[in-house]
Amino acid sequence: MKLVSLFLTALLTENIILTKFLGLCPLMGNSKREGHAYKMGLLVVLTTVLSSIICYLFYYHILVPTETTHLRTLVFIFTIASIVGTLEILIKKYFPSLYKSMGLYIPLITTNCAVLGVSILTIDHAFSFLETFVYAIGSSMGFLLVIYVFSTLRIKMDQAPILKGFKGTPIAFITLGIIALLFTRYGL
Amino acid sequence: MRKIKDGVIKENPLVVLMLGLCSTMAISTTFEKSFLLGIVVLFVLTLSNVVVSLLKKGIGKSVVTPSLILIIGTLVTILELLLSTFVKPLYDAFGIYLSLIVVNCIILGRAILVAMKESVKESFMDGVGIGLGYLLSISFFGLVREILGHGTITIVDATQNVFGKTIVLHLFDGNYFPISFFVSPAGAFLVAGILLGMIGTWKERKHETR
Repeated sequence: MKLVSLFLTALLTENIILTKFLGLCPLMGNSKREGHAYKMGLLVVLTTVLSSIICYLFYYHILVPTETTHLRTLVFIFTIASIVGTLEILIKKYFPSLYKSMGLYIPLITTNCAVLGVSILTIDHAFSFLETFVYAIGSSMGFLLVIYVFSTLRIKMDQAPILKGFKGTPIAFITLGIIALLFTRYGL
Repeated sequence: MRKIKDGVIKENPLVVLMLGLCSTMAISTTFEKSFLLGIVVLFVLTLSNVVVSLLKKGIGKSVVTPSLILIIGTLVTILELLLSTFVKPLYDAFGIYLSLIVVNCIILGRAILVAMKESVKESFMDGVGIGLGYLLSISFFGLVREILGHGTITIVDATQNVFGKTIVLHLFDGNYFPISFFVSPAGAFLVAGILLGMIGTWKERKHETR
């Protein structure tokens, strides 16, 4: 039961984009095409889950015993970079069509704050292994949900009659603010 | 000099390039925190630009991103250790967003676009310019959010063990009912959207009158 509520909290009320602002850059840059956004989201889910599990194991089985926990940031970012590099090679080999459309963006997942952010947050919250797994799935699915919803809205925004100065990023921010209000049930 | 002016106006990392958003939105709840995050980013950006520019001949083409991340990560780790030793409250206030400077797109972007190509001096100037641009815009953003959300301007609070006292200006003499919505995450998005929209409209007007 606790795991279910952890999953739902990570997915909705404490959504990583809307309450912690993790993964804003790819959201702003990559959400212009619907299909694109959803592929990007799925890749982020895969990377986040893998990296938080591996970072968890590294942290508690290598860094803590050797008392080098201050190297956390460096070790984690390297783990993530290696995972993304491996994924890129695998996708190039087995899913050439996906690689063709997403190829340029795959290396950028390394610098997606959401991936590093979730890996660090699970350590800060002192989660157990199972909780880490559930939290990583929940929060990355939250990322997928928001990036997909947002990309469908963005198509409508391009056609709507908006003040010239507000076109593009400003209106995107305002829309995100309203989505955030709905997700976090402000004031309740 | 021109490089610095470009960094502040033409290539302002927040307003024009839309980079480094995560930490900006999360930290800018008070003026003090946003100003100090600006200083931290200015420091890391300038140092990383200089270091990368010095080492650019030794970095092989196939390992550019990992090497840059290693350089930036080392700088951030040094900073984390310094802050957690000397200014613990500030370290706690920054939380995970201090570590997230490693993946801050401004720093990595400038390292790839400028420091890998230009001379050390050029890269240094670029780092200072872009860093100042970031510092100015994040401070303004934090100022607006704090005045609306709390009705105060915090100048020294988390760093009080360095300066010895807290300095918090109370505007409106306590007659102001703070709208805490503006310091909440949803408010951050709205304030950012409205401020950027105002800048956009102003640019549009200027363009038309020309």
